[in-house]
Order: sequence, then structure tokens, then C-alpha cells
Amino acid sequence: MGKFQKKRGASTPEISTASLPDIIFMLLFFFMVVTVLRDSSLMVDLNVPQATELTKLEKKSLVNYLIVGKPNAAYRELYGTKPRLQLGDKFAELTEIPLFIEQHRQKVQERDRGQINSSLKVDGEVTMGIITDIKTQLRKSGQLKVNYSAKPEVQ
Amino acid sequence: MKNEVNAGSMADIAFLLLIFFLVTTTIDVDKGVLVRLPPWSEDEPETEKLNKRNVYSVLVNANNELLVRGEPANIDQLRENAKNFIMNPQKREDMAETPQKAIISLRNDRGTQYKTYLKVYNELKAAYTELRNVESQKQFQKDFEFLNRDQKKAIIAEIPLILSEAEPTDFGEEN
Repeated sequence: MGKFQKKRGASTPEISTASLPDIIFMLLFFFMVVTVLRDSSLMVDLNVPQATELTKLEKKSLVNYLIVGKPNAAYRELYGTKPRLQLGDKFAELTEIPLFIEQHRQKVQERDRGQINSSLKVDGEVTMGIITDIKTQLRKSGQLKVNYSAKPEVQ
Repeated sequence: MKNEVNAGSMADIAFLLLIFFLVTTTIDVDKGVLVRLPPWSEDEPETEKLNKRNVYSVLVNANNELLVRGEPANIDQLRENAKNFIMNPQKREDMAETPQKAIISLRNDRGTQYKTYLKVYNELKAAYTELRNVESQKQFQKDFEFLNRDQKKAIIAEIPLILSEAEPTDFGEEN
């Protein structure tokens, strides 16, 4: 016959908090992995248009960003209000695009080079003239995969 | 003597880091309208004689107005009209013979607003997406994006997206 020991008194067992750090660490790692620290600060006013036919840009390392817009308040005095191209963290001339593309290409492994996307982040108010010139430059540098950055449309 | 490090404050430290990353995180992934540019060539492109009925020409001028096949049009009807043109359900004489032959020709001024241009592009792409969805529902009972590679290929062969962009005209560029 089994012998059962009767618990004496209503002692409430304490919840062990030893695993709490682990849980928090797990959350921490999740956020660390999904975090993208913004590496280049915007120097232009950027408000991308809305669209519905969106494709996700999967691998961040295979994307280069070309930002176009009017220089924002801090740079307006120096650069005027004409829409300008920002590559990385500085304003650039359109003729610098091939070099920019090539530099990014060098950083990418050879087998992935065909999958490089150029993300054009363009302010909605900009006129097509500069965009056309950028497209020409991209075509000249052999960068044909382009993604016009856009926000999902809110219904 | 107890040889244990007090782990109680570990949670606090982790919390602090967690909060930092929570604040700096931007989960919004980059999305956009994917476009494939034509390769660059120095020589003049060969002018191909196209049957006029197969070309759906869309012109967006510097005032962001739309001219579709020579007539002023509204951007809200563009998608339906384009779908109608591509599939040509009534077999009309002035619309595409088959979806494979349909060509969208998009042209803009240098002064066209990017917002309008992208909206037009989006509508045209949406027209194709919807047509492909209809077709893949018919053939595979699934939406286009859920098809496997070969199935996608079959649908694309059936309804290929041929969009040609002409060099823009020099109107209304801001200085």
C-alpha cells in the first residue's frame, strides 16, 4: 500500500523567477535581430506615395537605396529646393550612381549579385525628370531591378 | 559561504536592453512596386511595326492628366479599361487580339508628378494581377501568388505583362 504524506499547512510555493531573465533575453534577441538601425539619416523631405501592387524587399544586404526629394529644412539654405538625390548619407550627383552601384556590388557575394535590388525612395511631389535621369543611369550601370518604394494603401 | 551570483538583477539588465531595442526597432519592411528596366543600349531601338489595335497607349502629361489611346481618361477607370482591353471579351476590332499580343505603352512628361506616375503604373500592374488571379483561379483554383513556379510560368505565358516606357517628353520640368 502506498503511503501518502499529507501536506501540512497551506504553504504557498513561491514562483521561481530564475527563468525570468531567460524569457526576457529571448525577447531581447528577437528585437535585436529584427531591428534595423537606420544607417543613413534623411536629408530630404520624403513622403513616398501609396500603392497596392507591392513586393517586399527580402534581403536588406541585397538592396541599395536611392533617395530623392527636396532638401529638408536643415539643408535648404545650402542646396536650395530643387529635388536632389541622396546616396548613403550625402547628396550626390546623378553621375555618381554607377560608382555607387558598383561599390555595393563589390560588397555582395558573387552568386548573389544578380539579385540586387535598387530601392528608389522618392517623394511623391517630385517630378519625373530626375527620376528618368536616374533610371537612365541605372540602366547604364546594368542595375535593372528597381523597386519604387511605396506605402500600402489605406482603405 | 554561498558561491552564487545573484541573478535577480539580470532581468533588469535584460529589460533595459529590451526597451532600448523596442524603441529603436522599425519593423516596417520596405515595400514597393517592382519594376524591371530594359537594358541600356547605345543604338536606336529597332522600331517594330505593331498593329495599332494591340497597343494600349497611356500618356501622363505635366498637368498629371491622362490620355489613354488618344482620349482623355480618368485614373479611376484605368484598371477596368486596361483589363477590358487586354482580355477583349467582346472580341472588338479595336482591342487586343489576344492577351499575349497586348502591349501597354506608357509615356510621361518630365514634369509629371512622381505620385501620379506611380499611381498609373500601379493601376496597370494591378490590372494584370487581377487578370492573372482570375486565370489561375480558373486553372488551379488558387490565387496567382500561391501557385508554384511552373504554374506561375504557365499563367505568365498566358497573360504576359508587356509594358514599354517611351522616353519622356520635355515638358514642365521644374527648375
